[in-house]
Amino acid sequence: MLDATASALRTVGTESEPAPRAAGGGEKLIETLLLLCAVLSIITTIGVLAVLLFETVSFFTKVSFSQFFADAKWTPLFANKHFGIWPLVSGTLLTSVIAISVALPLGLMAAIYLSEFAGPRTRAFVKPTLELLAGVPTIVYGYFALVFLTPILQAFMPQVEAFNALSPGLIMGIMIMPMISSLSEDALHAVPNELREGAYGLGASKLSTIFRVVVPAAKSGVVAAVTLAVSRAIGETMIVTIAGGAQPNFTFDPRGAVETMTAFIISVSKGDTPTGTIEYQTIFAVGSMLFLMTFTMNFITQRLLRSSRGKGL
Amino acid sequence: MGQSVDICGCRSKLGERLFHVGCWLAILLPLSMLIVLVADVAIDGIGRLDWGFIKGYPSRRAHRAGIWPAFCGTLWLVGLTGLLAIPIGIGGAVYLEEYGGNSRLAGFIELNIANLAGVPSVIYGLLGLEFFVRVAGLGSSVLAGACTLALLVLPIVIISSREALRTVPHGLREAALGLGCTPWQMIRKVVLPMALPGILTGAILSVSRAIGETAPLILVGAVVFITFTPEGVDSQFTALPIQIFNWVSMPQKGFMENAAAGIVVLLLTLLSINLVAILLRNHFQRRRY
Amino acid sequence: MADSAHKIHARQVKAWFADKQILQGVDMAIPKNQVTAIIGPSGCGKSTFIRCINRMHELVDVARFEGEILLDEQDVYGSDVDPVLLRRRVGMVFQKPNPFPTMSIRDNVLAGLKMTGRLKKSEADAIVERSLGKAALWGEVKDRLKEPGGGLSGGQQQRLCIARSLAVDPEVLLMDEPCSALDPIATARIEDLLSDLRQNYTIVIVTHNMQQATRVSDKTAFFLHGELIEFGETDSLFTHPADSRTEDYITGKFG
Ligand SMILES: Nc1ncnc2c1ncn2[C@@H]1O[C@H](COP(=O)(O)OP(=O)(O)OP(=O)(O)O)[C@@H](O)[C@H]1O
Ligand SMILES: [Mg+2]
Repeated sequence: MLDATASALRTVGTESEPAPRAAGGGEKLIETLLLLCAVLSIITTIGVLAVLLFETVSFFTKVSFSQFFADAKWTPLFANKHFGIWPLVSGTLLTSVIAISVALPLGLMAAIYLSEFAGPRTRAFVKPTLELLAGVPTIVYGYFALVFLTPILQAFMPQVEAFNALSPGLIMGIMIMPMISSLSEDALHAVPNELREGAYGLGASKLSTIFRVVVPAAKSGVVAAVTLAVSRAIGETMIVTIAGGAQPNFTFDPRGAVETMTAFIISVSKGDTPTGTIEYQTIFAVGSMLFLMTFTMNFITQRLLRSSRGKGL
Repeated sequence: MGQSVDICGCRSKLGERLFHVGCWLAILLPLSMLIVLVADVAIDGIGRLDWGFIKGYPSRRAHRAGIWPAFCGTLWLVGLTGLLAIPIGIGGAVYLEEYGGNSRLAGFIELNIANLAGVPSVIYGLLGLEFFVRVAGLGSSVLAGACTLALLVLPIVIISSREALRTVPHGLREAALGLGCTPWQMIRKVVLPMALPGILTGAILSVSRAIGETAPLILVGAVVFITFTPEGVDSQFTALPIQIFNWVSMPQKGFMENAAAGIVVLLLTLLSINLVAILLRNHFQRRRY
Repeated sequence: MADSAHKIHARQVKAWFADKQILQGVDMAIPKNQVTAIIGPSGCGKSTFIRCINRMHELVDVARFEGEILLDEQDVYGSDVDPVLLRRRVGMVFQKPNPFPTMSIRDNVLAGLKMTGRLKKSEADAIVERSLGKAALWGEVKDRLKEPGGGLSGGQQQRLCIARSLAVDPEVLLMDEPCSALDPIATARIEDLLSDLRQNYTIVIVTHNMQQATRVSDKTAFFLHGELIEFGETDSLFTHPADSRTEDYITGKFG
């Protein structure tokens, strides 16, 4: 009934001919193709690094490090060019700090509630609903910050300008809040129950158990959630471009207009900037700075996540 | 917070109740903001939403402008992005789950994917601009945009596909190998059929993220004022978020209304693609043995 | 060394998971067309040993193997041996019944042939009937071949898995605690089945149930800490164990 393959391991393999294999060339070819798909991710990383490095090096042949790091003015598109990165960095940090100060308390509270108080049904409903927030396109948030939130803020605080750091910062905070709640909830959930029971056994109340035992035990997971959210806030582009303005002010006043690194990249590339010009290269230099900052944050996140998994939490 | 030792428990009970209220506020505040956002956009935009707006072309006068080229551009982009990212993403996921094992290379790729998922989209735009638009010579075409977006969503396609592959019980793989299947025969005939609904749902949801991406498309040079729909992969293009961004940047109030109406279309498009993904999953699950 | 009375010769079989050595050098000759039972306490390496025979052991990333296993005359670890072809001759039935959930009963039986592209359409019906018949399942499912395999009872599913293994026409059938997930009636049916199958197949069955070993097997091997302590005719091993450790185990002093 069955052919020779079933009755011999070596099939027709004689001494002179190599034995044909079931797992022959086709199998190897497929495995190689699949490997190539996976390797594309490495190529992408190399591509990002190469592009940023190449243009940034060209940038620094024309602009010195001290012009970049020791100047407080950023006017690369004007006749009187200044290349001090700090106004862009301060704009980015300002909006990110506002975002985190909204997202962290909200996200952590939500995470504690979901992990320590809510039943499985509430959790199953609330978690994905919160995650909807992270799925809304950022351009929509940008519109909302500019058209809805900024006028409200102005009604309460007349000094708030039409473009300001506060409004996009707050909206960004709402956007990254589910990221913090989701990851923190995972971390809190993974804290072994014995720890809680141990604390109850000592007569601790539920709240002090949560804040003195559970949250500290989940610390690295919670911090990872925050670093991930910070990285998202630093790299966020459209909200701050639309509602934050395009004025590279070296300021930490949230009521005024700022320009983030991402917003600068957009404002240059909206026009048609020819390759090889200094304007073209600035966006890559700023991009490198942005990449370094987000990469550092992501690196810390990965480290923390791995160390918390290593502890079996 | 109540005192740790408190037999009557009144203070800690009160504290706990207050904390509860705080927690609910923390959850309800963002959610109500989401509702306000949708309502606000709908109210602002509803006046402009009609067939003329959908089928219209850009115009200098707000009340005559429409989104047809942008809408078609978005469909082109999403379609091409899916065609590129879904097969490659599934391939990469299959490699990592079924072949990679604990090898160093697989571990490195995994770490790399986790890092790529955190790279800001505007940086993918820089890559697309320099590599696809200039070096590869694609110009500011739909294809260049789709390639950029494909790289952007690839990590999440891989991550979600891997999750779907992991739901296939290990025992079934062993059973197939025990019957004398080669690894690929096992994957093709046992693993993929079982995991496909999950893979496809995850992949479509991942690719749908490309719909809202704005920054990378601005960088690769999506054009704003365009009076034709894409005719091929090498065509110039615009997209819904680009058009919305353009209108938001205009000072006149009429264009703000257009932007709101555009956002409604964008959100509806996003919603319907997600709906398709979910229906697809349910359909497969019902047929599943 | 190889003789016609024995189907499999294991020589100095050693196996590792990472740095942990599981098998300490097992020598064992498994008789042809008989049922050989392997007993021993949990974790002693029974599963590992039979998984070495059809080279499923090496599928685990950290696994390592040393030694020699001859199937008939041939070393299955020889450099020119394709494990895929080997597994078509040495079938395996697992602890938990695992029919393919996306396939019907009929397709489950034909799975091994179909997936490897060796099915002749004209023979399909005959193979389904013969395999299910050998697995004593034909009567129960012949009217519902198109239904999903997952809809059967646990015992029926396990017999379906046996039919699935038989359909690729193996010479050896390795069974790793095939009844441990089944109730006594389903277990009895599989035990009956084994005595029929032994005429045409060499069967190695791992079991935790010593009564089962005495009921179904011709020879029994007792493993402890990765070593083969005792191997002999089932009747004499259980009535007059030669090694005190075997005696302790079968009288329930440990394990
Ligand atoms: N995939 C694996 N990775 C690492 N160690 C393993 C793996 N599988 C089994 N082991 C270890 O190898 C040893 C022997 O396992 P094996 O499954 O062969 O035992 P067994 O005799 O079949 O036990 P049981 O009766 O419980 O099935 C055990 O200590 C087990 O922990
Ligand atoms: Mg076992």
